[in-house]
Amino acid sequence: MSATLLVGGLGLGAAGALAGAALPARARVPAAAVLTAAACVASFAAAAGVLVSGGTIRVHSAEILPLTGVTLSLDPLGAVFVITTAVVGAAVSCYAAGYPARSMKSRAAAGLLPMFITSLLLVPAAASIATFMAAWELMALSSLLLLLTGHRRPEARDAAQWYAVMTHAGAAAILLAFVLMGAHAGGQSFDAIRAYASGLSPAVRSLAFVLALAGFASKAGAVPLHVWLPRAHPEAPGPVSALMSGAMVNLGIYGIVRTGDGLLGGGELWWWLTVVALGVASALFGALHAAASSDLKRLLAYSTVDNMGLVLIGVGASGALAVGGHAALAALAMVAALFQVMNHSAFKGCLFLGAGSVQHAAGTRDLDCLGGLLRQLPATAALFGIAALSICALPPFSGFASEWLLLQGFLRGFSAHSAATATALLAGVAALALTGGLTAAAFVKAFGIGFLGQPRTPAAAAAGEAAPAMVAGMALLAVPCVVLGVIPGTVMPLLARAAGTALGGAPPDPLRAGSGLAIAGSSDVVQPALLTAVLIAGLVLAWALVRVRVRARARRTEAWGCGRELQTARMQYTATSFAEPLQRVFDDVLRPDRDLDVSHLAESRYFEDALRYHSRIDDAVERGWYRPLIGLASRWGEVARRAQNGSMHRYLGYGFAALVVLLVVLA
Amino acid sequence: MSAAPLATAGVSVLQLGAVMTGGPLLYGLMAKVRARAEGRAGAPIRQPLLDLRKLAGKERIHAGNSSAVLPLAPLVLIAATAAAVAIAPLISTRPALGTTADAFVVVFLLLLGSVAVALAGLDAGTAFGGMGASRAMTIGALAEPALLVAVLALSIQAGSSNLPHIVLATLAHPQWVASPERVLALFALVIVVFAEAGRIPVDNPSTHLELTMIHEAMVLEYAGPELALITLGEQMRLGLLLALVANLFFPWGIAAAASVPRVVLGLAVLAAKTAAIAGGVAVLEVSMAKLRLFRIPEILSAAFVLAILAVVTGLVVTP
Repeated sequence: MSATLLVGGLGLGAAGALAGAALPARARVPAAAVLTAAACVASFAAAAGVLVSGGTIRVHSAEILPLTGVTLSLDPLGAVFVITTAVVGAAVSCYAAGYPARSMKSRAAAGLLPMFITSLLLVPAAASIATFMAAWELMALSSLLLLLTGHRRPEARDAAQWYAVMTHAGAAAILLAFVLMGAHAGGQSFDAIRAYASGLSPAVRSLAFVLALAGFASKAGAVPLHVWLPRAHPEAPGPVSALMSGAMVNLGIYGIVRTGDGLLGGGELWWWLTVVALGVASALFGALHAAASSDLKRLLAYSTVDNMGLVLIGVGASGALAVGGHAALAALAMVAALFQVMNHSAFKGCLFLGAGSVQHAAGTRDLDCLGGLLRQLPATAALFGIAALSICALPPFSGFASEWLLLQGFLRGFSAHSAATATALLAGVAALALTGGLTAAAFVKAFGIGFLGQPRTPAAAAAGEAAPAMVAGMALLAVPCVVLGVIPGTVMPLLARAAGTALGGAPPDPLRAGSGLAIAGSSDVVQPALLTAVLIAGLVLAWALVRVRVRARARRTEAWGCGRELQTARMQYTATSFAEPLQRVFDDVLRPDRDLDVSHLAESRYFEDALRYHSRIDDAVERGWYRPLIGLASRWGEVARRAQNGSMHRYLGYGFAALVVLLVVLA
Repeated sequence: MSAAPLATAGVSVLQLGAVMTGGPLLYGLMAKVRARAEGRAGAPIRQPLLDLRKLAGKERIHAGNSSAVLPLAPLVLIAATAAAVAIAPLISTRPALGTTADAFVVVFLLLLGSVAVALAGLDAGTAFGGMGASRAMTIGALAEPALLVAVLALSIQAGSSNLPHIVLATLAHPQWVASPERVLALFALVIVVFAEAGRIPVDNPSTHLELTMIHEAMVLEYAGPELALITLGEQMRLGLLLALVANLFFPWGIAAAASVPRVVLGLAVLAAKTAAIAGGVAVLEVSMAKLRLFRIPEILSAAFVLAILAVVTGLVVTP
């Protein structure tokens, strides 16, 4: 039954891709949307069945891929990622049905979007090297082509180039890791590799893990392999960027857990300390850039880097604790990481869809040109606001629940009495604490500057509400932000089961049953449902307090202008000015380029004619690490060009020299 | 939980009432100490309460371009602070919902209030509101980590982040109060209290010059009953922070049971402790000048480092 659902879901997705590519212009978008949503529903049902029953769906078909066949196996760990992708995928197909951009209505885009979603559903179910790599590459290529639907803009082409290079380098690293793990395994299914890898020498296992980590961490956007992410996610069309940030980056995390904990069976302590270090770097770097950015989608993309960093810290802590023999603590950290993945997909998917609506309505995603959108796009603004509160980890929304679990994981992890693990946990705690405040600043800026205040440009003033299908898509993702926040306990047994599969063995359930979160064997409990009730009661009482004494409607008057008579929208703080103090505090990390040009009047140097101020924050990692590398590659290209000057004599000479060298070597 | 639900609910309501009247009184007390130190007679201590009553009866006025966020923010601030007060162990270690009285919940409820007020600052679309919100979020972004890590240091020592549990464990192990991690965490928390409550080295609550304002700039657009709510919210926040500092670092006197005489004693002791701390804070305030905005990150990062050191010493010292 479940196997039928899974296969049927993937088949529906393929049908959606075909429908999008083949049907005439008017029918293709709705048909693809309906089929893809159905695919997501079927996969959701299959994965939910796996999580509830704790079993595994296995499917093998020798007919589909020549030589190797397709092997699918969906266990509870994969099911968590399939469920997450299915929810984001369903919301995005709904949103895409109403998305007005012409570029997303083309034959190519309408066919690629279902293909992208299907490949995202397929990756966590793949259970052999060939199936996994095929699904992985299908995901990379379909998203790359979707990114290129904006090929008329040079920024999109540039982003696509970065993305293509990074994703293929990553795929090559992953493939190498698989080859190392499974070269002599006597089969290419994951089960065969798992059995074989336990007998490998530690050096080979470590090399395989490092290669896999590099490949998967680059997909998850971990610093310093993140450089493609803040370019590609903002440049992609609204629905595609929601899928990239809400579902694709998760699969990087999935890959690390699957190879490190699953295929390689836990490994060594330093592997996981490296993962924590990557997580700390990503969390801090992402949060800082998000706080400083004034481009709405770039802010969201950096916040994805930040959140994936937090997940990596959880995954790394879990691995380190498992190596130390603390199975219950490891399970708690893994549950926290998986819960964070789930919540991040919901709120970030919703935020990216909202940013897509804003970009389409106002024609820009530069916060400095927006403002006052709450009046023009009330529904979009409200849903964006819910997701923003959730990402700031404010109770009673879902971000708080997963952040609380992470904190509990750290608090308990310190009792493991290992100096190395404790140091890693301390770094993790510091990163978590610092990102908390920075994220709040970033999202107060995103919501406060973008949706509140007065419109800063005529385009922002003329923006109109998004189509009902788009609002419905966002709402579908806002629901889990609230529900998982108020009753997080309901999904905990399922996540505990997934964590158990990930870590192997049967670790004790880290949480007590209930609608809230309660750590087993301690007094640490949080009941968000009660907290929500108290908050709502407080709101109503405070409202009554105001209204009982003063019944009249509020009078509208002008805002305080410090005695000025005229106040214009240009006098408001912009996103850049809002972030300026933080940017100044973290000057050494962000290293902004600032320029002040002053031109003077010809008559006197004491009078200024014009002032021009530029401020730009580039990615310091890109500038410091990647630019020199690219420079080296292009210099090497120059050298190669000199050797290859078109002279036939020279080429014959190269051939002759090569022959002589070969003869000498072989003789 | 053996204590009757009615009694614990009564404790929560009492705590709420105590903080709602005690917060403004602490403000009045600090103003009084300040005035005396400066050689003035000063307003009576109950002046903030009189001000609140006066504001509550006035007309509601909203800025022209504001949205629903402006009237909603004070309600969220009050609700979040009240929820934190209702669950925290202030008078008794058994308030209603005491089982969910997690230290991190209180930290994030305070953040919820700050975010609501910062959004309100941006709502009217004026220069001052944005300036206040930007500064408040900058300071908040630096104070938040120090607060979180300091709380974590206390939780590690007690083996739980449940606030009543921490207080009870401290009562059971009095030597903890003098332990290095407690002292370091205390210093970090005191700096954070100055920042979160907007007191003098960080912000000047009585300034009338817009350009130096932080909190006041955000709430410039408020008038009448909504200004009363915002002010009350800030005063409750100060009361809650001082009471928490008092109980976490000097828990004696808190009612361990929900009997009437113990609760009354707990209330009296809490009033005395918070008044003493508020007096100390006021004396410190008089003796200091407000820091330049870009010097504030330095003391806040000092608080963060102290909090981290508290965790480290906790791990090294306690086996």
